[in-house]
Amino acid sequence: MSSLALFLTVFIACAVEAVEALTIVLAAGLTREWRSTFQGMAAALAVLAVTVAVLGPALTLVPLTALRLVVGALLAVFGLQWLRKAILRASGYQGLHDEEAIYARQVAAARTATSEGRRGVRDWYAFTLSFKGVLLEGMEVVFIALTFGANQQNQGLAAVAAAAAVVVVAAVGIAVRAPLSRVPENTLKFAVGVMLTSFGMFWGAEGAGVSWPGNDAALLAIVPGTALVALGYTALMRRARASARAAVPAAGRSAA
Amino acid sequence: MTRWLRSFGAFWYDFVIGDDWRGAAVVAVALALTAVLVHAASVNAWWLLPIAVIGALGWSLRRATSGKP
Repeated sequence: MSSLALFLTVFIACAVEAVEALTIVLAAGLTREWRSTFQGMAAALAVLAVTVAVLGPALTLVPLTALRLVVGALLAVFGLQWLRKAILRASGYQGLHDEEAIYARQVAAARTATSEGRRGVRDWYAFTLSFKGVLLEGMEVVFIALTFGANQQNQGLAAVAAAAAVVVVAAVGIAVRAPLSRVPENTLKFAVGVMLTSFGMFWGAEGAGVSWPGNDAALLAIVPGTALVALGYTALMRRARASARAAVPAAGRSAA
Repeated sequence: MTRWLRSFGAFWYDFVIGDDWRGAAVVAVALALTAVLVHAASVNAWWLLPIAVIGALGWSLRRATSGKP
């Protein structure tokens, strides 16, 4: 895989997660207070940094074949999750991910929560909301950056891509001071799901001992092939949903 | 401690496996079969995992939408 593909995959995946974390941080900061929110964010970033510091070097010690088998399996499973959700959203079976709606829900919850200081933190609610949001979304960033970087034996570039995504999203978030609802998150999640599933299959099968026809060039068929299958499932499900919805009123009319 | 371990395990299960464990099971079985075919039968079964993943995705989507308009 070229360095550009590694950079773009990690950058887009991490940007999507950073947008979600930003929504939670903004809800906590603007509704409650910024100091506790930043403390929560800093604590989460510290946990993530320790995770990277421990897992990053450890992954380089694992033999590449075993690493590809385990990481490929994990990525394929993880990618299937993303793809499944993205297809359900794109076909209308699940509501689209809406940052403004999520932001409104978080703000409403933050406004009604009681203010309580604990362990040197002025507003424990803002702290925990920010900590959990950044840690959970950040864990996905760490997972994607570490697995892609380790498999390509280029953790530095993966780390740069992840950091660049976080910096860009944070800078835009600071500039607009609102959730980034214009980011086409559902489309990006679809694309990331395709990439994670494709690379998961490629590395997983390689780890199991397979030689792909054309070696790395096989990815040029696997990625578009996975995208086409996912788009095909989406089209099929849209059609099935439209027919089912059309049949319901018709059945109602004939019963009446 | 037990409670902490349980919630720690639940977090990682939800993080990696998510809503449908069947997808993970299909991937694991397909990888095991691929390894057996490659190492025991000398078959370069590069096609097995993509077929399994495409099938697992369709199966999972069908289960998620069955009975929903």
